Amino acid sequence: MTPAIEVARVSKIYRRFSHKKQFATLKSALLSRSLIKNLRPDETFTALNDVSLTVPKGQTLGVIGRNGSGKSTLLKLVAGISKPSTGTVKVHGRISALIELGAGFHPEISGRENVFINGIMLGLTKREVTERFDEIVEFAEMKEFIDAPVKTYSSGMYMRLGFAVAIHVDPEVLLVDEVLAVGDEGFTHKCLDKFAEFKRRGKTILLVTHSLGMVERFCDEALWLDAGRIKGSGDPKRIVGAYVTDVERQEEQQLAATDAKARQEADATVVSPDEPASAVLPDNPVETGNTDMFRAAEGRWGSREIEITQVDFVGPDGQAGHVFHSGDRLDVRIRLRAPLPVDDFVVGVGIFNADGTCCYGTNTYLEELAPESIAGDTEATFAIDALDLVEGTYKVDVAIHKIDGYPYDYHRLLHTFRVKSRVKDVGIYRPRHSWKFSGNLKFKDRRGSGS
Amino acid sequence: MLHNLAQLPRYRGLIQSLVARELKARYRGSVLGFFWSFINPLTLLLIYTFVFKYIMPAAVQGVSNYPLFMFCGLLPWTWFSSSLVESSGVLISGGNLIKKVLFPAEILPIVTVTANMVHFFLALPILVVFLVYYQAPLTVSELAWFPVVVAVQYLFTLACALLLSALTVHFRDIRDILSNVLTLWFFATPIIYSYLHLPETAKPFMKYMNVNPFVHLAISYQEILFFAGPFGHWRWLLALGVLSALLFLAAYWMFDRLRDSFAEEV
Repeated sequence: MTPAIEVARVSKIYRRFSHKKQFATLKSALLSRSLIKNLRPDETFTALNDVSLTVPKGQTLGVIGRNGSGKSTLLKLVAGISKPSTGTVKVHGRISALIELGAGFHPEISGRENVFINGIMLGLTKREVTERFDEIVEFAEMKEFIDAPVKTYSSGMYMRLGFAVAIHVDPEVLLVDEVLAVGDEGFTHKCLDKFAEFKRRGKTILLVTHSLGMVERFCDEALWLDAGRIKGSGDPKRIVGAYVTDVERQEEQQLAATDAKARQEADATVVSPDEPASAVLPDNPVETGNTDMFRAAEGRWGSREIEITQVDFVGPDGQAGHVFHSGDRLDVRIRLRAPLPVDDFVVGVGIFNADGTCCYGTNTYLEELAPESIAGDTEATFAIDALDLVEGTYKVDVAIHKIDGYPYDYHRLLHTFRVKSRVKDVGIYRPRHSWKFSGNLKFKDRRGSGS
Repeated sequence: MLHNLAQLPRYRGLIQSLVARELKARYRGSVLGFFWSFINPLTLLLIYTFVFKYIMPAAVQGVSNYPLFMFCGLLPWTWFSSSLVESSGVLISGGNLIKKVLFPAEILPIVTVTANMVHFFLALPILVVFLVYYQAPLTVSELAWFPVVVAVQYLFTLACALLLSALTVHFRDIRDILSNVLTLWFFATPIIYSYLHLPETAKPFMKYMNVNPFVHLAISYQEILFFAGPFGHWRWLLALGVLSALLFLAAYWMFDRLRDSFAEEV
């Protein structure tokens, strides 16, 4: 099959001129009269680095990657809006780029006039626009507003009209940059139907999106860009999977870093045990539900007669980490050190969601374990069989204190982990559940169709 | 560069609709609308006529029918100067188009110059009224030169507009420099005074006058429309035409060189 888009070893280097330099260049340019020579940048930024790809005619390629990974730059190069610094871009057939919808609309003149100008700008002749005009207006659902000036449009109307014009250019190659994020549900479905129609008619589509579900469902191939390089390409399911794993790993690193920072700060401001922040500590250790405790800011305090030396979250793979999946096994491993033997102690754990709501809190005393002794280096593990929490970031309190509440070492919200879930359910707690239906009630799997 | 230049005629339709949009959008929302195309030059005319008839009559001694004389030079100058002012900012204000749509950027200055030319044409009926009122000595052979002058001015203005629009993207200071230069340029050109009736004190500067391209345009308009006798300035006009063509090519080359930087700089 003939390729519709050929990108060969393309790099794009953006030049940055600092403000100061701009004045300097004007002066030197005027003085030395060598304008071109002096337009050299003082800084460069490589947005794309040696990227090659081929999209055969009729295929849909989904481009995924983090913000700033070069997706939009790639799209602009394919669209011909900017030129590659090195390498070549070849596109066969008429392109329509859904990059910024309604770019070039003039606010003062009517939607009707703007449709004409926009259509002509996108490569139609006046006659072609006239022929398609009714269709465009109908698609945009704009019949009654088409003669009003564009400045009176809502952003949704603006976008719909822009989309309608761009899609009616009848391109052979359609470039789409994250445009479905706008518009209401109904319009989004209409757009998806239109894309499907394009696909059926053998058009080539290059889709840049953060909607991984759409890539899995819609694209024949996926391309993963990372910091301007291709990190993977091929089967959408595989690439999306690899990308998700990588995002989790990065989140993991970030959480580890915030955790380390929080602990560092807490260590720097140790609260003396003689005057514990009274609002912070429960008077009665039995009442862990004391509301004051939940209002306390993060921090660390205690006498350190017993010290919490390390807290790890250990996942099902036996590795310590910060990102887990809902339903996974999770061990909170608490390393303790008691330089001298102690016989009055309680080990407690509390899990808080991002709102600060306590999802769960318990301690050894509440669970009717009476302390006997602790000495030297040791370890306590709070083992959660199944992490039945909804997706989100959770902060954890870990503490060891006397039965009367006197703290040895209290880690308030110093540890963080993140729960990931395929299911976007809501709430605080996910009860173990399943759905059961009797004969006449049927569902089918819509996995992968989420957007 | 030549390839891009050859592509330009393909965009006629787009240029047409953009010029139409420019004209429509400019007066949209104003009560008098298109009448401003008449009112603006008339107001200027009134001001200058008042100043030079009643306050400094010595400066224009010897020029009879002063309002008509001044109008012949003022209308083309308005076309020229507003084109330059607008085109110096046109790539920056049209940044959305350059960054988001596949669009040859030179269309923007072309549209600016063309839209201002249309304004010039729209003001011509007033000029006709003046010509009739003052019974100007018009001849057909002289009037035949009028389109030529307009064409030369269009080419010259376009060349300047291309240069300015491209350079302003990189050096925003140009916009401020430009307004000063235009003031100087206006007074250096015999528009509100006649080059035939200059006082002794101005004589030493006369020899530099021919360096100013707009002098030849202004004189051409005045000879054709105002002064009696055959059009004697045609050699200068044609020379300016050739110069403008060369300048246009140079400006286009420059524009083409800087083209790829526009999407990143605006």
